[in-house]
Amino acid sequence: MTDWPILSTVTFLPLVGVVLLLLTREDGPFGRRNILNVSLLTTVFTFVVSLFIWIGFDNANPGFQMVEKHEWMNTGIAYHLGVDGISMLFVILTTFLMPFCVLASWDSIEKRLKEYMIAFLLLEVVMIGVFVSLDIVLFYVFFEATLVPMFIIIGVWGGKDRVYASYKFFLYTLLGSVLMMVAIMAMYWQAGTTDITALLKFGFPAGLQTWLWLAFFASFAVKMPMWPVHTWLPDAHVQAPTAGSVILAGVMLKLGGYGFIRFSLAMFPLASDYFAPFVFTLSVLAIIYTSLVAMMQDDIKKLIAYSSVAHMGYVTMGIFAANQQGVQGAIFQMLSHGIVSGALFLCVGVIYDRLHTREIAAYGGLVNNMPKYAVAFMIFTMANVGLPGTSGFVGEFLTIIGVFRVNTWVALFAATGVILSASYALWLYRRVIFGALEKESLKSLLDLSTREKIVLYPLVILTIFFGVYPAPVFDATAASVDLLVNNYSAALQAAGKLALLVH
Amino acid sequence: MIYKAIVFLPLIGFLVAGLFGRSIGAKASEYVTTGLMVVAAVLSWIVFFNVALGHAEGHEVIKVSVLRWIQSGGLDFEWAFRIDTLTSVMFVVVNSVSCLVHLYSIGYMHHDPHRPRFFAYLSLFTFAMLMLVTSDNLAQMFFGWEGVGLASYLLIGFWFKKPSASAAAMKAFIVNRVGDFGFVLGISGVFVLFGSINFDTIFATAQTYLPAEGAADAQQAVINLFGMQLDKAHAITGVCLLLFMGAMGKSAQFLLHTWLPDAMEGPTPVSALIHAATMVTAGVFLVARMSPLFELSPDALTFVTIIGAITAFFAATVGLVQNDIKRVIAYSTCSQLGYMFVALGVGAYGAAVFHLFTHAFFKALLFLGAGSVIHAVDGEQDMRYMGGLRKHIPYTFWAMTIGNLALTGVGIPGTMFGFAGFFSKDVIIESSYASHSAVSGFAFTLLVVAALFTSFYSWRLAFLTFFGKPRASSDVMHHVHESPLVMLLPLAFLTVGAVFAGVVFEGHFFGDEYQEFWKGALFTSAHNEILHEFHHVPLWVKWSPFIAMLTGLVTAWYMYIKSPSTPKRLAENHRVLYQFLLNKWYFDELYDFLFVRSAKALGRFLWKKGDVAVIDAYGPNGIAARVADITRGVVRLQSGYLYHYAFAMLIGIAALVTWMMLGSSF
Repeated sequence: MTDWPILSTVTFLPLVGVVLLLLTREDGPFGRRNILNVSLLTTVFTFVVSLFIWIGFDNANPGFQMVEKHEWMNTGIAYHLGVDGISMLFVILTTFLMPFCVLASWDSIEKRLKEYMIAFLLLEVVMIGVFVSLDIVLFYVFFEATLVPMFIIIGVWGGKDRVYASYKFFLYTLLGSVLMMVAIMAMYWQAGTTDITALLKFGFPAGLQTWLWLAFFASFAVKMPMWPVHTWLPDAHVQAPTAGSVILAGVMLKLGGYGFIRFSLAMFPLASDYFAPFVFTLSVLAIIYTSLVAMMQDDIKKLIAYSSVAHMGYVTMGIFAANQQGVQGAIFQMLSHGIVSGALFLCVGVIYDRLHTREIAAYGGLVNNMPKYAVAFMIFTMANVGLPGTSGFVGEFLTIIGVFRVNTWVALFAATGVILSASYALWLYRRVIFGALEKESLKSLLDLSTREKIVLYPLVILTIFFGVYPAPVFDATAASVDLLVNNYSAALQAAGKLALLVH
Repeated sequence: MIYKAIVFLPLIGFLVAGLFGRSIGAKASEYVTTGLMVVAAVLSWIVFFNVALGHAEGHEVIKVSVLRWIQSGGLDFEWAFRIDTLTSVMFVVVNSVSCLVHLYSIGYMHHDPHRPRFFAYLSLFTFAMLMLVTSDNLAQMFFGWEGVGLASYLLIGFWFKKPSASAAAMKAFIVNRVGDFGFVLGISGVFVLFGSINFDTIFATAQTYLPAEGAADAQQAVINLFGMQLDKAHAITGVCLLLFMGAMGKSAQFLLHTWLPDAMEGPTPVSALIHAATMVTAGVFLVARMSPLFELSPDALTFVTIIGAITAFFAATVGLVQNDIKRVIAYSTCSQLGYMFVALGVGAYGAAVFHLFTHAFFKALLFLGAGSVIHAVDGEQDMRYMGGLRKHIPYTFWAMTIGNLALTGVGIPGTMFGFAGFFSKDVIIESSYASHSAVSGFAFTLLVVAALFTSFYSWRLAFLTFFGKPRASSDVMHHVHESPLVMLLPLAFLTVGAVFAGVVFEGHFFGDEYQEFWKGALFTSAHNEILHEFHHVPLWVKWSPFIAMLTGLVTAWYMYIKSPSTPKRLAENHRVLYQFLLNKWYFDELYDFLFVRSAKALGRFLWKKGDVAVIDAYGPNGIAARVADITRGVVRLQSGYLYHYAFAMLIGIAALVTWMMLGSSF
């Protein structure tokens, strides 16, 4: 097992599917069937293989595991892969969500199915690549490469304003990326290496840290997205096909959070400490501002997209609280949000496929003829609201506690999200699900089909499972986060700053 | 094992009825959930006798681990049960009432097509409530706390076709969340102060937490709470107030009470179980459970007293004029919860839990009785369309009369003759007088006035409903019928509780056997002598609630039996006051204006002006527009005329040279 390059296998396994897809022809129902089957099998198989990463993972080891390293033409740049407690579960999350994306696209994608599936499989490759890269250049390549398939997915298979949305998405994220590239070059000149493990130990001078931090921040803040660079997200979500939204909310937003933990916090502790109040302000603004905006939306997807921004506010807040509860809470919040928001977008997809509208006003009283759907939607709504016993609670609770230790004002404002999220989520639920079934167009809607049950029920189970028993996640992340937090406070201490209490 | 059974039997009931309700049918769902609840209730009484009434041999607190939950850095807590006298009392209250309400619902809901769902929700609620009362740490308590909130939301909105029900459900959840907002911050505060949110650690640390008077570190700040540097004593106050905010939401205390009357949109058994006997008392339970903390902060206790007294008074005033039979009882509940908080505030924790205990019986009785009335008159809830029902539904009439006797605290002071409320309520009123709290007089006065009002609105309800001439249409009167046995049986059980719960248990909860009964489950600091002092209040204090009760009764009798035209005349003469009370002090209108509409307006503003008009316009769209402008400009530059290019080149060279010269001079 130890010699087997499992990370490379998982990363590039979807390419096998791509090759197979290229060999199949898309004509008639038979060809279509083939394409779907190949994509589903590939993603499921990748997920199963990726589980071996978790099985083989040593929770007690805070460092990088399953490392693979190959020098690349003596440039100092290396093909260097590995996972630690921070990144490992994101790999699993990615591979886990992909089969759902394929299933969600089963009937709804009518044109160019083959290219669509290829785009998704390529996207999976690069997303996994981001999480397993241990070389910053490799990371950058994967990180930027995620843009392309998503741009195409929104631009080709999106809704009415797909071109505007995809350009907005591209413009925003590209802007940040350019600055990140400059920062990466600066880091290379300073440290003489692009190896992340070496950079983590390097210790950049305080002045440079500020600039590097800002450059990385530009990129990650857009990806999160943080207020005020969040406006691409609602448009992108609204225009993206269901599966695109799932990946966007489920995985791509997490690239930013992962980047913050891996680079900003770990490599630039002094700058992180310096900018923490700034991040807190933006996070709190995001939570309150976007929650209020979410409340007033008329479009279901837009509402959920805005709620995603608010939830990511907890993540950034937790990360820069820089203590165990904050960082572990942030990681948990990201994983949970990956499942819950993905599930919510799938829920929207269910009714969109039936009625082809996302207007809240077009619905009402769905509980009457879609009781199973109503139950699933209720559970995800409650998870979104952060009800204890669902996975949504754990991350929110921990990040609030984490940040309360650092700054009670931030915790106070962030906790208003508890009220606001209930307001917009329950109001949405009431308008869509409750009430009498009066609209003619809704009367013939059928409850969940078998395929939709296969998609939604596992997510329901996971949402509740991780709310009741989140221990596996905490066990996996504890050692690495401990190391990170200790290094962080050690760096601050060395710089003569007040030592943070580390419980 | 028995503890796990008590807590998880309702969960099993929920899962069976919830997942398989459709396939096994309504009857089976009812029997399964009710059967499991009966078992849980019987087990609860066994536990009550063993733990509370038995003589413990050294181990006062029983702990049962269930499952790991969250472990992150120093924050470490698990799913676990903590069983002491307080828990066992709550076991009895929750499971007895829940079991009876399940039984009652079989009759009350028999025509509803969604019975499996209803019974599933009831059992889910019971499970969440049990998780709350057995919690071993604040997070699990929060789980139960929000869990009962969810169940309450689902049950209030049970009749989802009624828009008013959905609205009320949402309101209940959101207003509760306002309280939870404080609760979460309170939990965080506890963690920062004590390094743990497990009760064992908190209680053990709290004993010696405050530095001695004049100690060197007495003034040292331990936390910066919202800009205030607080020393240990003030930090405790801050945390207690935050936790109390949660209690205010769940127990519908003044300012956060608006959801409770609206919650009456739910089916009546739900009101009896959730919005009278159990869930709304969770706030009282929280403060009682955290007594080791609250006891350290006189300021927080004073605040609790003030809020409790105002609630008791405020809700009673509104109750005077309501016409909906359930709303009268709802305001009564609100008011009685105020009594409990006053008791907590003056340090008489035993009295508070005692009133919680007796109140659960007689208030559930009143609600179920009201349900039986509503059932009889074909769903009518407005008392103006009732009247003269005494002969038609005699059992219900007697049950409600006994409920009223218990609620208004009928009994003879100085003796052991009295209904349940007589013992528990009078103890609270006397304690409020006896306490050394700064607001003792204030609380005492408001409570006595509230007792008068309580008596008035209770008898008003009885007289309007059961006496006088029938005001319902003859069609309805023709169909009036007594409820079936399955509904009357729970009434009978609760009647027994309403009569005897006080006299039997007074000595245990707040009397001679206090120590042996509680076994330290309620903490009182060394200088808290309220347990003894309340005996020594002047005689007029002891008689004052009795006189208030009698006055209310006589007034109600005069206004609704003797001279039924008086109320109308009074209302017309005091139009403003009447409207003020009828509209519940205009809280709903105020909050709608302050919070609901302003939040919506703000949300719309931020969206249209913030996101669209500023961020997008100057951000991506702006850039795109500028890029388009520039390219258009560039296109214009490429005019094709040679002298244009030559001129541009010349200017460029000039600029370059200037720059180089300036650069070299530095």
